[in-house]
Amino acid sequence: MTDIIEIDARRLFCPLPVIKLQNCIGKHPPGTRVRITSTDPGSLNDIPTWCRISGHPVLEIDDLETEFVFLVQKGDDES
Amino acid sequence: MQVKKAVALISGGLDSLLAAKLIQQQGIRVEGINFYTGFCVEGHTHAIRNRDRGRVKRNNALWVAEQLGIKLHIIDIVEEYKDVVINPKHGYGANLNPCLDCKIFMVRKAREWSAENGFDFIITGEVIGQRPKSQRKRYMPLISDESGAGDRLLRPLCALNLEPTLPERAGWVEREKLKAFNGRSRKPQMALAAEFGFEDYAQPAGGCCFLTDRTYSVKLQDLWDNRGQREYELDDIMLLKVGRHIRPSETFKLIIAREEGETNFLSGYRHLFQTIKTVSHPGPLTLVEGEPLDEAQIELACAITARFSKGRDAESVELRFSDRERESRSVHVKPLAADQIRQDWIIG
Repeated sequence: MTDIIEIDARRLFCPLPVIKLQNCIGKHPPGTRVRITSTDPGSLNDIPTWCRISGHPVLEIDDLETEFVFLVQKGDDES
Repeated sequence: MQVKKAVALISGGLDSLLAAKLIQQQGIRVEGINFYTGFCVEGHTHAIRNRDRGRVKRNNALWVAEQLGIKLHIIDIVEEYKDVVINPKHGYGANLNPCLDCKIFMVRKAREWSAENGFDFIITGEVIGQRPKSQRKRYMPLISDESGAGDRLLRPLCALNLEPTLPERAGWVEREKLKAFNGRSRKPQMALAAEFGFEDYAQPAGGCCFLTDRTYSVKLQDLWDNRGQREYELDDIMLLKVGRHIRPSETFKLIIAREEGETNFLSGYRHLFQTIKTVSHPGPLTLVEGEPLDEAQIELACAITARFSKGRDAESVELRFSDRERESRSVHVKPLAADQIRQDWIIG
């Protein structure tokens, strides 16, 4: 089991949590798992949308009302 | 033949959606690029305010990308964009909106990105005459030239009104399938959207940037005037989007939350400012920006804050004033009457 990379995106607003996730995932190989914590309710929509269109599966979403935690796995690179 | 690749500037509005779709339909591989300047209207502004909690909190650029089935690359340009806002070569529009410089800057960034990532050309949703400043016909070549994109910049919605670009001349795209949209009417775009089956698209054209907003621009100008220099940080421009901004003195400004969501948002800045919060009555959190307040100023700031609390008609309201070191104390004041809030204090 590889380590999970943690991103703290609390108090950041759309689209900064997505940008943080995007920039982190861009630096790591396929299969890398990233956990991002946000406080922006918009991220409940934006992060899964970005992951869908980018090909990165969202493994878990925890809606804690004031915080939202997403576990994302980087998908396979494609041309 | 190798599939050609285009990067589309995706704002989240209808025009960029249609422009990208027209090119996608011609067998071009399209990916989107979206720039975060810090002045974007959507997103955080909806997240901050309680009254917007019922809205669908979607990022329109992401929504557009999903409708098109394309990747979207969101680029943080907050730092680089400052020079566009502060020193626009081509000047401002009706407010502090440097639309022409902004367009040139974004196309230039897209050109750099496309070169780094092996893309062949750039597409935008520009329509001649759609906007008063940045989309005049005479500015189209200027944007192509000053951005460095040259004839690799294709505007599918109005291409037939312009000289053929490289993608057209080289046969990467069929010019005949592009459009000749012109002017401010949205009807051609709406008809094309219906043809493509798009229904739930974002409506505003030009309404996605706070710099086009008069009130916001007045607040930004006030910030520059009072600092004596034209500069800002991301927190500054975020705070200009929130609350009532009242400047009772040259030495300090009050940012007063208008509702619970804004109070929660401003709470995140408590450690950076002197703050005032009502105690005896429900009311807003106020951030005090500027020099440390003297006793008379504390009383005035508290009386103004109390005016916007549920105790506005009470004889006395208790508030808690905290300095930057978080030393706090109780203050009792009579709220100012409505006509005691001078109009020239109100920014925007």
